[in-house]
Amino acid sequence: MDALWMPFVEFAFMRRALVASLALGLISGPVGVLLVMRRMSLAGDAIAHAVLPGAAVGYFLAGMSLPVLGLGAFVSALLVALLASFVASNTSQKEDASLAAFHLIALAIGVTLISMRGSSVDLMHLLFGSILAVDASALILIAAATSVALILLAFIWRVLLASSFDPLFLMPFGQSGKWANQFFMLTVVLTFVACFQTLGTLMAVGLLMLPAIAARSWSRDIPKACVLASLFAMGSGLIGLLLSYHFSLPSGPAIVLTAGLFYLVSLLFGVNDGLLLRFIPTARHRES
Amino acid sequence: MDVALRLKDVTIAYHGHPAVHHVNGGFETGSLTAIVGPNGAGKSTLLSALAVLRRLTNGGIERHAAVSRPGAIAFLAQLSGINSDFPLRVLEVVAMGAWPRVGALGRIDRHERDAIRQALHEVGLDGFEDRLVDELSVGQLQRVLFARLIVQDAPVILLDEPFSALDASTTHDLLGVVTRWHQEGRTVIAVLHDLEMVRVHFPQTLLIARELVSWGPTAQALSSTHLAQANQRSLAWHDTASWCEVPGQRPARTQEAT
Repeated sequence: MDALWMPFVEFAFMRRALVASLALGLISGPVGVLLVMRRMSLAGDAIAHAVLPGAAVGYFLAGMSLPVLGLGAFVSALLVALLASFVASNTSQKEDASLAAFHLIALAIGVTLISMRGSSVDLMHLLFGSILAVDASALILIAAATSVALILLAFIWRVLLASSFDPLFLMPFGQSGKWANQFFMLTVVLTFVACFQTLGTLMAVGLLMLPAIAARSWSRDIPKACVLASLFAMGSGLIGLLLSYHFSLPSGPAIVLTAGLFYLVSLLFGVNDGLLLRFIPTARHRES
Repeated sequence: MDVALRLKDVTIAYHGHPAVHHVNGGFETGSLTAIVGPNGAGKSTLLSALAVLRRLTNGGIERHAAVSRPGAIAFLAQLSGINSDFPLRVLEVVAMGAWPRVGALGRIDRHERDAIRQALHEVGLDGFEDRLVDELSVGQLQRVLFARLIVQDAPVILLDEPFSALDASTTHDLLGVVTRWHQEGRTVIAVLHDLEMVRVHFPQTLLIARELVSWGPTAQALSSTHLAQANQRSLAWHDTASWCEVPGQRPARTQEAT
């Protein structure tokens, strides 16, 4: 049993990593579920990659300083999200197409920048993160980003759900639907900026999407799915860190693999639409 | 009689081709009007313009002072425009009707909750508050959306094909709601296809085939001469059609249909 908590008792870096992954898990749940529900799973992927060029510029300016990396990442991801929605609302291009275009450009710029100036070790750091290198200032940054994202989400919650169900309903009442969409993109960007520092730009999407998709296998109800997704994500953080410690695995992939395990188990056993339900004869039904 | 909504030379075009062409007239306060016409005649386009969801290419729509506040014109889109697989609770959907009063952050208080329960009772869905909308039938969903209109309590109500795909008993119940709105003095405008229903339940009719064919008491507006006129009009677009000149006005850009 000691194996479960001794790493956190003994080592400060493990404690900080744990706090960071719990904070990330908390925000990942609702943001991930909303991305899934609004059919934006791949848009999340695109924004995650868009943090790379900004992070690379930050890295050249200040080295492996998480606050500077975070700021750079925030600026470039927000730029890509805003450009994509600007092009979508002013041309006949759909938002996913312009998002795909801009994130690929951003990704290419990011990799080019790093290969020009940095080593492949740096690239690995940015792509896969280093949760065990989280220091006190990075922890504050993660806490701030996730808190702001969570509060923002609470403010736009009702508008987002209403406009997802009936896009025309809110239009006569002004621009709130449009604004809510922009602010939702901002919360997604904030979540990724918080996540990428510890999980890397490639792995961050995993903590966001896998628990959310897993939660949908258990409940169709949105609030319930959000809570479940947060629990799955926090559980993945805890279990992933322990696996990483005991088997000397890289922490980011260990966390995301655990989330993947939650997903596969939910896919099979989920009570909402799990695969095993298909093999149970459904002759049983209620009185009409 | 007061005029709630007055159309002044309304033209709405998609890519330069008019869907609604130079329509004039007024919807009197408290009137119950059916908008009728062949497919592609511009009925839904006109209705969404009345709901301020679409910019006009030319002309204007004047709103009476009593119906110019946001939320005073309630609009029910066609069922196909609603993401019915987005799993909100029935209570949450009906509560959207309280938007003009509570907005994005206000509390749904006991008063609003009573209004929601009463509205669900009126559409025959007692006890449905906690059901998810993605498990409702088409008819039940339309009843929920009517309950939302009841809660919105707007003086003008616009309905886009509200009875398409509904069975007889649902249609009967919801027509009852429409009739009650009319008795309460609300202005109700509905796009419809069932001429028999229009003749029985709707005192006023606007017959449109891109251009206005007739507008007035239903019996006259739907005379066989007028119906023949509406059906004869070709609704095909001609790419070589000449531009319709409006003196002293450059055509404004229109929003695209999505």
